[in-house]
Amino acid sequence: MTVAQAPSTLQRILDYSSRADPYPLYAELRGRPVARQEDGGYVVSTYREISTLLHDPHLSSDAHSLEDPGPALAEFGDPPAFIGLDPPRHDRLRRMAMRHFGPPHSPTLIDDMRPDLTAIVTGLIENLAGRDQIDVVDDFAYPFPVTVICHLLGVPREDEPRFHRWVEAIVALLDFDPAKDPQERLREGVQARKDLRHYLAELLRSRRGRPPGDDLLSRLASDEGPDGRMTDEEIVSTANLLLIAGHETTVNLITNGVLTLLRHPEVLERLRREPEMIIRTVEELLRYEPPVHIIPWRAAYSDLTVAGVTIPKGSRITLMLASGNRDPAYFRDPDRFDPDRRDNRHLGFGSGIHLCFGAPLARLETQIALNGLVRHLKNPRLVADPPPYRQSAVLRGPRHLLVRQG
Amino acid sequence: MRVVVDLARCQGYAQCAFLAPDAFRMQGEEALAFHSSPDDAQRDQVLRAAAACPVQAILVETAEPS
Amino acid sequence: MSSEQSLKAFRRDGRIVIVGASLAGLRAAEALRDEGFTGALTLIGDEACEPYDRPPLSKQVLTGWVPADGTALPRRREIGAEWLLGVAASGLDLAGKRVRLADGREIPYDRLLITTGVRARSWPDEAEAALDGVFVVRTRDDSGRLRERLDAGPGRVLVIGAGFAGSEIASVCRERGIPVTVAEVAEAPLVGALGSMIGSIAADLQRAHGVDLRCGVRVTRLEGDGRVRRAHFSDGDAIDAEVVVVALGGVRNTEWLRDSGLAADRWGVACDSGCRAFDINGLVTDDVFVAGDVARCPHPVYEYRFLSLEHWANAVEQAQVAAHNMVSPPTDRWPHLSMPTFWSMQFGVNIKSVGVPVMADEIAVTQGSVEERRFVAAYGYRGRVIAAVSFDNAKWLDHYRQLIETAAPFPPSCPTPDRPADMKPVPADFPDPVVITHGATVLVTGHEPSERRVAFVRPGPLKPQEKRS
Repeated sequence: MTVAQAPSTLQRILDYSSRADPYPLYAELRGRPVARQEDGGYVVSTYREISTLLHDPHLSSDAHSLEDPGPALAEFGDPPAFIGLDPPRHDRLRRMAMRHFGPPHSPTLIDDMRPDLTAIVTGLIENLAGRDQIDVVDDFAYPFPVTVICHLLGVPREDEPRFHRWVEAIVALLDFDPAKDPQERLREGVQARKDLRHYLAELLRSRRGRPPGDDLLSRLASDEGPDGRMTDEEIVSTANLLLIAGHETTVNLITNGVLTLLRHPEVLERLRREPEMIIRTVEELLRYEPPVHIIPWRAAYSDLTVAGVTIPKGSRITLMLASGNRDPAYFRDPDRFDPDRRDNRHLGFGSGIHLCFGAPLARLETQIALNGLVRHLKNPRLVADPPPYRQSAVLRGPRHLLVRQG
Repeated sequence: MRVVVDLARCQGYAQCAFLAPDAFRMQGEEALAFHSSPDDAQRDQVLRAAAACPVQAILVETAEPS
Repeated sequence: MSSEQSLKAFRRDGRIVIVGASLAGLRAAEALRDEGFTGALTLIGDEACEPYDRPPLSKQVLTGWVPADGTALPRRREIGAEWLLGVAASGLDLAGKRVRLADGREIPYDRLLITTGVRARSWPDEAEAALDGVFVVRTRDDSGRLRERLDAGPGRVLVIGAGFAGSEIASVCRERGIPVTVAEVAEAPLVGALGSMIGSIAADLQRAHGVDLRCGVRVTRLEGDGRVRRAHFSDGDAIDAEVVVVALGGVRNTEWLRDSGLAADRWGVACDSGCRAFDINGLVTDDVFVAGDVARCPHPVYEYRFLSLEHWANAVEQAQVAAHNMVSPPTDRWPHLSMPTFWSMQFGVNIKSVGVPVMADEIAVTQGSVEERRFVAAYGYRGRVIAAVSFDNAKWLDHYRQLIETAAPFPPSCPTPDRPADMKPVPADFPDPVVITHGATVLVTGHEPSERRVAFVRPGPLKPQEKRS
């Protein structure tokens, strides 16, 4: 190992000290849209190049396509859920899961959830009434989506303290935390993944004997669609993915939303008068402060060329989604938070065949959550700006967001 | 309300069909059928659907400016 | 006045007339206002209603979901235009800069945009075409009337022509549980647009959905007693049908330009890639522009061949280019270079194409599974990719668009995770277009460069055996 080499822009982005404002470093990255790293990996940071790659059939999501998979193989577990697979396996599993989540088989499931989502938000907000200070994360933005995903999957809400620990350790697998020994982190993450799988497998077994409920786990267990039935392993992998994703992303979107609105009081004021504006505001949030900043790796399945750079087969490719969202070559005035922005084709949910499975639910949750808060918080003020952030550079968001009201 | 979808741009993400199921329907996995003149009662859903389109292929004209 | 000053004056208070008030005409009008044109804007349309969207007419309207008069196009902005609807243009005086209307009025212009589009090709036998129960589908009235007949639950529908529209209509019939026969002169559906390999997949798709598909046959006669009852085929067979839908493609609305001196014929109005119309000698005009289905425009990616595209997106994009060029200085002209993109939905499958498949000599399936009807196939021409088609795989098409634009080699050499076992190219096998071109359409007269000119050969009416699906 060489000593005292200047850290790369990517390393500086991953460093915790950049968490509150990584955007200037993203701008630096965009100076070289497709940049080869010391370790042979590639970092892609501009909108058009990211978008091109996400629609390139030679970009693989399967860790086996990496020449040197390293911990990537552990990230998605084994067998991986569809997020870590390529077509045709990806397409088949995603299609089977979609049967119980959205169109064409379950077209009204998400839209029908609106009254329930509103009721949960109303309940959480009632608990905030009369308090001088709240933590948006712990009191609101975390419990809301967790309640929803538990209900949807059929996971008992009271088990949350158990699986919360596992989820944290699994998410840490995605991180490049220099403070922690990678081997130890890997061990913890792999063990947590085992524990969570075991927990979900037990839950699945307990569903078997009973008449099928309308939760996803039961429905996946009993369904016999045109693509056949998922194996128990596949069901556990799918539930695993949805539980983690439903847990760790929407919390960021909602919290980033509150933070951004408090930093832009004129937008917050408009929202009070025009609740319908929340629809575009959430899209702009997805561009401006997205819940997932980075796709840590994809693999070149064969040699591929982007922006004149040929990336050799087997290379690791890191896609900087949040940087693409601030690319001035694509978005006019990209560092401005502008809910009236037209033609907002952001990368907040990724793009291509892996576009976020839960995107419609996350949108609805965030719209309802933010409109609820905006209506009920009286004269809200940030206690600290910037707030303390979570460790993760990938799933980036505040760890706490203290707000005073009244 | 008037709606048109640029189906040359549409890639079948189905976000609209989730959020406004009475105005946008998937026919099979990828083909999108839409209602060109949905009822005003669906206004909120249709606006949600249009905003959510990842390729911004949906054009909506409402009676009042949105 | 300098040309700069006169352009400024024209942008401020010139007169622009748009003939053809459908998708291309409307979007061009909006784009003209976006560009800052503040002069007088007139839209002329032969239909009495404001611009409406046509693709639903062969789908959502026929299923009964959307009312026939409910597909009016949403506006992108206010256009402050004068609308002359329900009256067709009947002639053009290029020198006098006037459009003649069927009611005798004359409308002066400074600059003209032609967006008169296409109408449905009707059944060639007039008496048979007039039988009750024989339909074409182009206008909302056509679609509304056909939908009423489908509502009544006919015993059998006959669709003549298995191009995209005919196939979509057959799909709606099956969706509604109505028995349907499709008769196609070619060897398979969609062959004219996508070649015989895709055609045979489309044929399987139709038959799997219960369509009585008859290829390689012509309908020789429609029989009826005021109402259509029976149809006779060239193979000697005959069927009873209460409804007959003639889906033999479109005829470009250029007759009104016949004596105008523009290069307008059955293939459309020829123009440069900046949408400026050519006159009959192939000289480009300055004040007449063309866009949409009626335009015939050279595409540099396709050896500068003139393409006539009846594609929704082409109408929108070409309208935008035409509008820009109409109000911009010559130094700021845009070429219309967008890649042709087409879609069709039938039998629950989303079929999309990018590029110009008909030019191809070879085709190869590059991703997915033909058996599952989820795949992408690339078209090759002289060793490069020139088009692609997807069945329920549209998210990859952008990649193929880039392959076309960068003249990538065909067949694509790099494997993908979902490559099929057999990626060997096969002949694209399009029907020979010569059978429908009828030889020469113009004659050259004169000898010296100063006197050489071109004149049209007056085309006769299409005979039934020449009709194209």
